[in-house]
Amino acid sequence: MNLAAFDRVLYVGLPYTAIFICVLISLQRYGWRIFTFSSLSSQFLENRTHFWALVPFHYGILTVLLGHLIGFSVPRAVLAWNGRPLRLYILEITALVFGLLTLIGMLALINRRLASDKVRAVTSVMDWIMFAVLLFQVGSGVYVAVFNPWGSTWYAAVAVPYLWSVFTLAPNTAIVTQLPLAAQLHIINAFILIGLFPFTRLVHILVVPNPYLWRRPQVVRWYGSR
Amino acid sequence: MNVRAQISMVFHLDKCIGCHTCSLACKNIWTDRPGTEYMWWNNVETKPGTGYPTLWEDQQRYRGGWDAEGKLKSTGKAWIVANIFHHPSMPTMDDYYEPWTYDYQELFNAPEGPDQPTARPISLVTGKHIDIEAGPNWDDDLGGSPVYAANDPNLAALTPEQRRQLFAIEQLVFFYLPRICNHCLNPACVAACPSAALYKRGEDGIVLLDQKRCRAWRACVPACPYKKTYYNWSTGKTEKCILCFPRIETGQAPACFHSCVGRIRYLGVLLYDADRIHEVATMPDEELIEAQRSLILDPFDPEVLAAARGNNVPESTIEAAQKSPVYQYVKVWKLALPPHLEFRTLPMLFYVPSMAPVMASRQGDTLDHLSQDLFHDIEQARVPIRYLANLLAAGSEARVRYALRKQKAVRWHRRSVTVGDVDAEVVRRMLREADCSPEEADAIYRLTALSTFDERFVIPPGHREMGVETQQDPLMHKQQAGFGFIAGPRRGL
Repeated sequence: MNLAAFDRVLYVGLPYTAIFICVLISLQRYGWRIFTFSSLSSQFLENRTHFWALVPFHYGILTVLLGHLIGFSVPRAVLAWNGRPLRLYILEITALVFGLLTLIGMLALINRRLASDKVRAVTSVMDWIMFAVLLFQVGSGVYVAVFNPWGSTWYAAVAVPYLWSVFTLAPNTAIVTQLPLAAQLHIINAFILIGLFPFTRLVHILVVPNPYLWRRPQVVRWYGSR
Repeated sequence: MNVRAQISMVFHLDKCIGCHTCSLACKNIWTDRPGTEYMWWNNVETKPGTGYPTLWEDQQRYRGGWDAEGKLKSTGKAWIVANIFHHPSMPTMDDYYEPWTYDYQELFNAPEGPDQPTARPISLVTGKHIDIEAGPNWDDDLGGSPVYAANDPNLAALTPEQRRQLFAIEQLVFFYLPRICNHCLNPACVAACPSAALYKRGEDGIVLLDQKRCRAWRACVPACPYKKTYYNWSTGKTEKCILCFPRIETGQAPACFHSCVGRIRYLGVLLYDADRIHEVATMPDEELIEAQRSLILDPFDPEVLAAARGNNVPESTIEAAQKSPVYQYVKVWKLALPPHLEFRTLPMLFYVPSMAPVMASRQGDTLDHLSQDLFHDIEQARVPIRYLANLLAAGSEARVRYALRKQKAVRWHRRSVTVGDVDAEVVRRMLREADCSPEEADAIYRLTALSTFDERFVIPPGHREMGVETQQDPLMHKQQAGFGFIAGPRRGL
C-alpha cells in the first residue's frame, strides 16, 4: 500500500466509517437502550477530588469544543480576527489556557478513578479505553497549541476546508496531509473518538437537559393525553 | 378551583414499636439489587437522633427544600448549568453507609489453625474487606446518643436545661419516626430534575422517577429535604419510594403499610386545590399548617364535588376520598401533622404525635401517667413540646398541644366508658377543653384502636381503563415479566 492510499484510508475511509457508526449506533442506543443513557456520575462515591477533576475538565473541554465549532462554522471570520497579531495572541492564549484546564482535569479524573477503590469499582473497561483515546486527543491538542503555532489560523485555513470537504461528500486530502504529524494525529484520533463515542459514557452529551431552563418547575403526568 | 386527588398517609407514632418490619418488607420487594443496598425507601428512625442519612434535617448542610420566595435552595435554574458538573450539596455514601456482606465462605474454607475462623465484613461496592463504620440504624434506640442523638437538628431550639433532661440517665426518652417518601404536593425533587425524569402522577399524586429519562445529573438528591431520593451508584440512575404503585393499582396496600405490626399506618385519598399550591408554599412559617389544611378540600362539599367531577376525578376516587381515614386525622380531628412543613414541599404524609413517652411524668420513684391536673402533664412531658413542634408543626407548639390534648381527652373519655373510675365531670371538662365531642372521641378511638384493614387503607380503584394500555396490544408483554420496561436495568458503558 503506498502512502497516498494510506492517507485515503485515514482521511476518507476513517471519517466516514466513524461518523456512520456514531450516528447509527447513537440512534440505535437511544431508541432501544435508552436506559443506558446516563452521565454515570460517581460523585456519590467520592466527593473531594471530584470537584477539582470534573469542573476544570468540563469547562475546559466545552470551551475548546466551542472554539473548534466556531472555527468550523465561520473560518473566514476567525482568519479575519487573527489578522492583527494582538487578537491572534489573545485567541491562542485563551485556547491554550482552556486546553491546559482540560488536560489537568483529565489527568485529575483519571487519577481519581485510580485512587478511589469505590470509583474504580464502577469504572468499566470501555471507560479506560475511552479515557486513553480522550487523553491522547487532549494531549495532542495541547501539544499542537504549544509547538505548532498558530493553530487557530491554520485550523481555519487548512483543516476546516478539509473537514468541509468531508461533510460535503467531496473529500479533499491534498492539504491536510501536509500538516505536522501531531496535528494529523489529532485529527485522526478525533475520528477514532467519534467512532467510539456511541459505545461509551460520552453519550450523555446527547441528552444535555437544556429544556429545564424554560420548563415549569412541577411535572405532572396523566394517563393518556390531557 | 383545580381539584385533584392525592393518595395520602397518616402514621400514628403512638402505636409505632420500632420493629423495622416495614423497612424489611420494602427492602425485600424493591431494593435488594446491586446499587440499591444502601437505599431504605422506608426507614425507621429513633428520635431524638440524627436519622438516615445522617443529619438529613440539617438544611444548612444539604440545602434541601424551598425558600419562602418559592425558589429551590439547592439548585435554581440559573445554577444548574454550573452545578451539573459537580453538585455542591450532594451527599456521599459516607453520609449513608457503605453496604456490606460477610465473608461467609471463610467459615468453611479457612485452613486449620489455632484461631476460630471469622466472617469478616466485605464491601458490596468494592468487594474488599472493610471496617463497618455506619449502618442504616446506627443510632437505633439511642445507641451512642451522646455522639448521634445529641446532634439532632431539632434540639437546636431547646434550652440547655431541656436538652439535659432529655438525655438524663433514667429519664432518657425516645420515640420512633418511620419515614417513606412524602409524595409532596410541591416536590422539590421534581422541580430540581433537569431531565424532567421525576414527575407526579396526575390521578393519585404518587411521585415517580422515570428510569428511562434519568441521566444522573443528581439534582434531586440534594433538593429533597427528606433525602428520600437515592442515587443508584451501579446503574447511574436515581430511585425512590414508588408507594408500591403496582400494589395500589390492584387495590392492595403498599408493602410497608400492609406489613406494619403496630397497625400505625393509614392510607387514603385527599382532594386538594392544585391552583393554590404555589400560594400556600410561599406563606410565612407560622401560617403554613393552616394553609396546608385549607388546601385539602371537604369531599362532601357540593361545590368541591362539582369541581372534582369537572376535572375528571372518577366517582370511585371521590367515594374513596369521603371514606378516607387520612381526611379524618388531618382535617377533621387535626390530630395528624406534617413533618418539617417549613421545608415547603407540602408533604402528604402526616404524623400523629406520640403520647406514650410524652405523657409519662416522674413522681418520686414511679412514673405517673394520671395527673389530676388534666393537661398539666403534657406541659411537663419528658419530650418537650418544643421538640415535637420543630419536628411536626413547623415550630407551632399550639398545634402539637392541640393534638396531644385531644388524644389525652380521648383516653380519659374511653376510660370513663370502659372502666368507669374517672369522674364524669372531669371527662366532660377535658373533652370540652380539648375541643372534642364524645362522639368524636369515640370515632377517634375506633379508627385508632379498632380499625380493620379496609378502614385503614381506603384505596381507590386504579382506573387503568383510562390508561394508555387500552391502546396497546394486551398480549404485547405475554411471557415477559416485570413492571415498566422489559430490558434489565443494566448499567450503560
